[in-house]
Amino acid sequence: MSSKNDSTTETSPKGTVVLNEERCKGCTYCVRFCPTGALEMTDRLNPKGYRLPTLAHPEKCNGCDLCGMYCPDFAIYGKRLKKKQQEEE
Amino acid sequence: MTEIKAHPVDGLLRTDRIPHIWCPGCGVGTSVNCFTRAIEKVGMDLDKLHVVSGIGCTGRVAGYINVDSFHTTHGRALAFATGLSLSRPDSKVVVYSGDGDLTAIGGNHLIHAARRNVDMTVICVNNYTYGMTGGQVTPTTPDKALASTAPFGNYEYTFNVPHLAVSSGATYVARWTVFHVRQLTRAMTKALRHKGFSFIEVLSPCPTLYMRRNKLGAAVNLMEYFKENAVVQDGADTATVGLESGETIIGEFVNVRKPTLKECYEERMSEALGDEFVPYEGDK
Amino acid sequence: MGKSKIVDTGIHFIDGNMACAEGAIAAGCRFVSGYPITPSTEVVEHIAKRFPKIGGMFIQMEDELAASICFQGAVWSGVKGMTVTSGPGFSLMMEHVGLAAMLETPCVFINVQRAGPSTGLPTAPAQQDIMQARWGSHGDYEIIALSPSSPQECFDYMVTCFNLSEKYRCPVFFMLDETVGHMHGKVNIPEADQIDVRPRINTQRPPGQYNPYEVYEGSVPEMVKVGMGHRIHLTGLTHDEKGYPAMNADAQQKLVTRLCSKVLDNVDDISIIQSDDVEESDVVVISYGITSRIVEHAAELARAQGAKVGTTRLVTIWPFNDKAVAEVASKTKNIIVAEMNLGQIVNEVRRVTGPTFPIHFVGNAGGRTIDPQIIVEKILEVSR
Repeated sequence: MSSKNDSTTETSPKGTVVLNEERCKGCTYCVRFCPTGALEMTDRLNPKGYRLPTLAHPEKCNGCDLCGMYCPDFAIYGKRLKKKQQEEE
Repeated sequence: MTEIKAHPVDGLLRTDRIPHIWCPGCGVGTSVNCFTRAIEKVGMDLDKLHVVSGIGCTGRVAGYINVDSFHTTHGRALAFATGLSLSRPDSKVVVYSGDGDLTAIGGNHLIHAARRNVDMTVICVNNYTYGMTGGQVTPTTPDKALASTAPFGNYEYTFNVPHLAVSSGATYVARWTVFHVRQLTRAMTKALRHKGFSFIEVLSPCPTLYMRRNKLGAAVNLMEYFKENAVVQDGADTATVGLESGETIIGEFVNVRKPTLKECYEERMSEALGDEFVPYEGDK
Repeated sequence: MGKSKIVDTGIHFIDGNMACAEGAIAAGCRFVSGYPITPSTEVVEHIAKRFPKIGGMFIQMEDELAASICFQGAVWSGVKGMTVTSGPGFSLMMEHVGLAAMLETPCVFINVQRAGPSTGLPTAPAQQDIMQARWGSHGDYEIIALSPSSPQECFDYMVTCFNLSEKYRCPVFFMLDETVGHMHGKVNIPEADQIDVRPRINTQRPPGQYNPYEVYEGSVPEMVKVGMGHRIHLTGLTHDEKGYPAMNADAQQKLVTRLCSKVLDNVDDISIIQSDDVEESDVVVISYGITSRIVEHAAELARAQGAKVGTTRLVTIWPFNDKAVAEVASKTKNIIVAEMNLGQIVNEVRRVTGPTFPIHFVGNAGGRTIDPQIIVEKILEVSR
């Protein structure tokens, strides 16, 4: 695990996404092809000036990782949360 | 909540070289994403997977996959891979390159590697242009499309790439787009498991040098186009899948088992030479 | 194992091309990719017959572009490989001469020279590709080139070519000409254990402690092959010690300087030069390949007429042995360079001796070997 990767995890009951902001180039694939519409683009820029996505609707995310498959930059991925984890969240 | 976490496929990437050089929305990255997942799914011994690329944007793939990999010369990755594959029959050799590299400058090597049924997988990312050199016309550029060397629109006939591969003798041939990530990953899985010459054409956006010049919007627009318009026709006669029709026919077109080059060689020599034949086993 | 002998020990009456094939086999070459071209084809024809019986692999590729890189793929799997060509095919192979120089791939190219340019005289000899061997691919790099003058030398120096390619990890050219390639003669192939063969030596360093282009000792990096766990990446782009692309002038300077110096700094080790009767001569004839046998005869004829003539033969043409040639110049009054072209090595000799030293030239445009009488006349004219 690279320590220079600043990642933000946003949570939801069933799943969540992890974003490596440094790698993101703002192509919007993850947002457009999220099957539940959980992600949105923000106006926030990474150090290279690319617009970043965010998990705007955490309750919709089921952690299917389709965002992780579409991402051309290996910047984002989804993960399912275990039941216990969901309760804690 | 902040967490330091690597991408699930980081283990298969040379992470010390990421972020990669590809433009925002370039489909090559998504195809590589699918490829790494296919490698995982097949559960390959990474010491027995070798990636060979030619030159161009897709030609850079060899430099990002964390296996023994070669970034060779323009169009000739297939010939290099032929020597490597013959010498390492237990390994899977993958040629990962672009449409210009494989169908223009490498066209002769493509048809002959397919004809010989060399045991290798070819991933051909077709983004309709030469990206690395600035958006020139390729054998796959659509009719009338603009390119830096076709400033008034392309007027040459376009290659039907899957048909070219099938006609030449490829034994697994599929076409997907980078929108179809699950299907593409599955096809790559099958190609990696296939014994013989497997070929996947991957239709992919080049937002910077193809789409912008042709006023096709952002990369995601071509992805949407693939989503809305691509028609899956498994087993389609490849003579009918040319993109010039305006239809984007995708799917698994051919999947047959035929003796590979190495197998043919060994059969012929055993028959001709009997006990005198000593099979080639590389450096073993 | 089959019944065929790998090293075909014994006395044979074969041509130079076949002797090359046997020399390659004796040197451990087990992968050859080729494309038919006159007058070199007998080399691969013989290989195609021999390899299936000794566990080698021959493949006839679709063209010379493919033939010149296919075997390099095999080399990185751990075997020794080569390709064979002539004239027009040599031109097509230049792309992968550059790749081999950049990747530091141990590899051998045989060029049975014919008269050019273009299709020229496909069945006639020439020594016109000497500068192409040295400079044919783009960019700065160094190669090694040897030129045999008899079938026996085709066998012997073929082995030397492979040994040098393993030691210096650069393209090594075996520059025959049509005459030597098709010349039949006695070839003595020794017992296998009497032949000095340098094996492929791969790094002993474990993954994580090895970089493919880091020089740990001397000036040549340690070799590696696929499947050893190092996850190597090799690229024709300018690269750093790890093999990763390094797109800057400093990396270029460092890499290309080393690619050249690993050869140039070892001329004494690489170079084979044969001189006779050079001391206190009036004239020395410098030549190589088939021309050196003609020169030998011409020198004898000239001596019979009283000429004080010596001979110097460049078995190794590249890297050019400046020191040896300067020494020859210091011991004689005139130099004649004889070669089957319109003047290639003569310019190298002139570069070494300087503009005031008397250099004379005997050559032709290829198509026939040089008439010894012309060389005799030149010797007598110069030493008068």
